[in-house]
Amino acid sequence: MKSAVKRVISMIPVLLGVMLLIFIMLRIVPGDPVTVLLGEHYSQETIDRLTAAMKLDRPLLEQFISYVLGVLKGDLGISYVSKRPVTMMILQALPYTVKLALMAAAFAWVIGLFAGIIAAVKENKIPDRIFMAFSLAGVSVPVFMSALLLQYIFAFRLKLFPITSDGSILSMLLPAIALGWNSAGSIARLTRSSLIEVMQADYIDTARAKGLKRRSVIFGHALKNSLLPVITMMAIQLSSMLSGAVITESVFGIPGIGRLATTSISNRDMPLLQGTILFTTVVIILGNLIADLLYSVLDPRIRSQM
Amino acid sequence: MNDNNRTSLAEIGEQYGPKEKLIRMCRQNRLAMVSAIVIVLIIVLAILAPVIAPYGEAQQDLLARLQPPSAKHWFGTDELGRDVLSRILYGARVSLVIGIIPSFLSLVGGILLGLLAGYCSGWIDYLIMRLADVMLSFPSLLLAMAIMYTLGRYANSIICLFAALSLVGWASVARVVRSQTLSLKETEYVEAARSIGVRGRRIMLRHILPNCIPSLIVLYTLNVPSCILAESTLSFLGIGVQPPAASWGLMVNQSKSFLFTMPWLAVFPCLAIMIVVLAFNFLGDGLRDVLDPYLENR
Repeated sequence: MKSAVKRVISMIPVLLGVMLLIFIMLRIVPGDPVTVLLGEHYSQETIDRLTAAMKLDRPLLEQFISYVLGVLKGDLGISYVSKRPVTMMILQALPYTVKLALMAAAFAWVIGLFAGIIAAVKENKIPDRIFMAFSLAGVSVPVFMSALLLQYIFAFRLKLFPITSDGSILSMLLPAIALGWNSAGSIARLTRSSLIEVMQADYIDTARAKGLKRRSVIFGHALKNSLLPVITMMAIQLSSMLSGAVITESVFGIPGIGRLATTSISNRDMPLLQGTILFTTVVIILGNLIADLLYSVLDPRIRSQM
Repeated sequence: MNDNNRTSLAEIGEQYGPKEKLIRMCRQNRLAMVSAIVIVLIIVLAILAPVIAPYGEAQQDLLARLQPPSAKHWFGTDELGRDVLSRILYGARVSLVIGIIPSFLSLVGGILLGLLAGYCSGWIDYLIMRLADVMLSFPSLLLAMAIMYTLGRYANSIICLFAALSLVGWASVARVVRSQTLSLKETEYVEAARSIGVRGRRIMLRHILPNCIPSLIVLYTLNVPSCILAESTLSFLGIGVQPPAASWGLMVNQSKSFLFTMPWLAVFPCLAIMIVVLAFNFLGDGLRDVLDPYLENR
């Protein structure tokens, strides 16, 4: 329990560092935020008023502090282009990304676990080789390639799915597969190596020696222990999927978090870009935290160290 | 890594020199060997691109737009009548340069900061490692996008890509080097060196760093393909290499509007990316088995 608290506290400097970097980025980008926000034809008075309102005439440290306080209150600034609060825009995009991430994660977990277990059981035999080659291919293919390929074959040629996504489950299937493909590969590799390692433990020999069938040894004894690192990885992957599938969302036209990031760059909309980056980074940091805590809950050896 | 492991590693190291290790790798892991040959071949093709490419990098032939693969244009032509094969050959230069240089920069940066953090400990360690934590918490693609955007108006796109990808990559190198430094710092030979008055900088560079090299070679070989993927992804989104330069990601991006009618425009650059990345990944995996059996299977 004590170490869990310590772990949570250790996030604070990282979060502050993240905000500092994002804050510095805004300072480096050329262009005065006030003129960008207002456009060109405004009087000096209006400009001064807005500068004061945005606290841009204050010292940098004070600006940073008020930025951090604003973020803590959920204020991520106002988009240059749509003139709406960034927080609102993120909250609107979030449901699409959550849906996509959950479906992709489900796909990755099922396929990855299945392939990893089969590969480990048939270590160095043909199924193992095939699955491992596939998983390496999964890691080596750029996401836009698998996304375009799926779109071409299943949506355009076979017409089984809509080409762009409107948010319905059916139209989200292809994007989810494209996004989950890479993760499935890494889950399969981790499951395989972890299961092979566990299978060499003494208690597996004991179970075999007392006459249990191979299948029940694998599923009853080995699998449970070998899944510990895999579960951690799953949590981390889910958080990185939630942080926006920039490519997948742009190929399939899903209005999620990743799309916000790409549009913010093409529109030169700095507050929106900052907001999405901060949001996604926080999601990833929380995901890592949950993964760590989950690991200690699931593994009594680590729990006792706490 | 505990002491047992290290002695057995040392024994293996004594039994087989680096040459024998490489020969063993070639015998054991055909895939890695083939990949190495493929990589050399691609490097040669990239260097010779101006000589062997049938057409220029941006040479347009507006009368021969969007042609399917033929004897004259093996991979067809794009919407400006540029020869896809020639552009892929030139694109290999971009991809390799962007794979190799930022990985190298982030390697050097990661080594220096990792050594410093591991050897000095205390607040230096804390500062460097928290900075690494910060860098690793950002989603790497978004971070690279933001850096490209921030620096985009100060330098040309290739320089920005170097900066973005090295800033994204150093943190994981630093973590590996730090953890190895921490364990190597406690070895007897480092203690011996320190006791005869060797200075910290020399210990780090001469005594600790050489022992990190095997895992660093592996890390480097696996970093190159991720940089190549990152470049192609950024270029695909239109914020990487800028036209008219030929980059594989950019070629896919430009072919998007013709994807359904003329898929070959996207297929060939995608295949090129896949082959290069796979080759580096296979080579990295093979090297890891030989050089660094204890590096965690990523």
